[in-house]
Amino acid sequence: MSARPTGTTPASQDELLAHFDGLIAAGETVEPRDWMPDGYRRMMIRQVAQHAHSEIIGMQPEGAWLTRAPSLYRKSVLIAKVQDEAGHGMYLYSAAETLGVDRAALLDALHQGQQRASATFNHPALTWADTGAIAWLTDGAAVINQAPLCRTSYGPYARAMRRVCQEEAFHVRQGYDLMRTLCEGTPEQKAMAQDAVDRWWLPAVALMFGPPDTEAGGADARAAALGAAVSRRAMAWGIKRHTNDELRQRFVDSCVPQAERLGLVLPDPAIRWNEERGHHDFTPVDWDLYRAALGEDTHWSRQRLAHRRAAHEDGAWVREASAAYAARFGADGPPPPPAPDPETASKAGAGPAAVEDVRGGAGERA
Amino acid sequence: MSRRTEGAPASWEVFLRPRRGLNHQHVGSVRAADADTALLRARDLYTRRGDPLSLWVVRSDAVHAASPDERDPFFAGAHHKPYRYPEHFPPLTEKGADGDHLD
Repeated sequence: MSARPTGTTPASQDELLAHFDGLIAAGETVEPRDWMPDGYRRMMIRQVAQHAHSEIIGMQPEGAWLTRAPSLYRKSVLIAKVQDEAGHGMYLYSAAETLGVDRAALLDALHQGQQRASATFNHPALTWADTGAIAWLTDGAAVINQAPLCRTSYGPYARAMRRVCQEEAFHVRQGYDLMRTLCEGTPEQKAMAQDAVDRWWLPAVALMFGPPDTEAGGADARAAALGAAVSRRAMAWGIKRHTNDELRQRFVDSCVPQAERLGLVLPDPAIRWNEERGHHDFTPVDWDLYRAALGEDTHWSRQRLAHRRAAHEDGAWVREASAAYAARFGADGPPPPPAPDPETASKAGAGPAAVEDVRGGAGERA
Repeated sequence: MSRRTEGAPASWEVFLRPRRGLNHQHVGSVRAADADTALLRARDLYTRRGDPLSLWVVRSDAVHAASPDERDPFFAGAHHKPYRYPEHFPPLTEKGADGDHLD
């Protein structure tokens, strides 16, 4: 559904803004045809697009292991997981389109480097254990990020997030199960699991939650103010519900006991329980650490984008064939024989007969 | 790649009947050049779990919409017609303002 301006009598900017602010204040959702401030629309498009890009780029590190899974069972699970990630991207592109952008344009922007995916995935999955660590840690981080997004103020985004969250729970559990199996295996397998956690901990804790946005997160006052300004705006609009650092803390608190049960060590010597705060302390993610984790313009960031572009170009013939088929037969497919003129067929096909057919086929009538 | 933008396939709204006893519900949209492909994409995207009973796809540009708007009289609602609601009338077991209604 495209976002068309409503054809009502023009209201003053102040009235429209008051109505919008009222919706946000009441905890109601903003829906596609509602008036919204340009800044809100821009911030929402930016966030949903970045999220969508991250889902499809995020398929790559695990996807690389599909042909090398150690058993048919693990392979089936991984295929289902990677397929879900593609699906999450599609839910989100669909939500983004309700804001008046075209998904082909968003993909172009990704391919041309004008928009980015999360830098979390600009790291290689070197061993089989990486697929488990990614699912346990980065999907675990995603769940903590996305659970509050199920109540984000933009309706289509919130609804997409609810679908995504239902599926993420499976992702995290299968990843944890994979890690536990390795940890209960040979010393080499356990070492492999530890090695993968050593590599994926920082991308998860630093990059999945965004830059530091509170002084408590370890940023100096100026840097915190920078991050906080963006967060404050997003929170005032009900786009975000928590600061990056708050969610980061929640993530660390949830991972520590899980790692203990696995018998794995999270690679941060500063992690310890702080009785006073009621939280685990950990090495603060300051801007230096954040930038170091970003890995911008590294081999792997280029690799992810090149792979994505190649996949898109390799699929061009399918899209062209599909378009040619539709151009020849119309959106309803080839007519039944004897074939009438496709022009009149598409017009006749849109009449009552077609409606009846839909109902019959969908079992609406006995 | 810019040629792709020009030739982006049509948008289709997807409606799913998730289980018996429920209406078809709008779940999102897919892009496809024709109805059969749209159904396949909708199946792959929206029915990977559960036991869905039926799927509809409708061209997005075939949806004619009206939305409530603070200045739009399209939806008059029934705010000025309280008699459309049962609460407007006394219940059958209690005394109303005008006396007994134990009819």
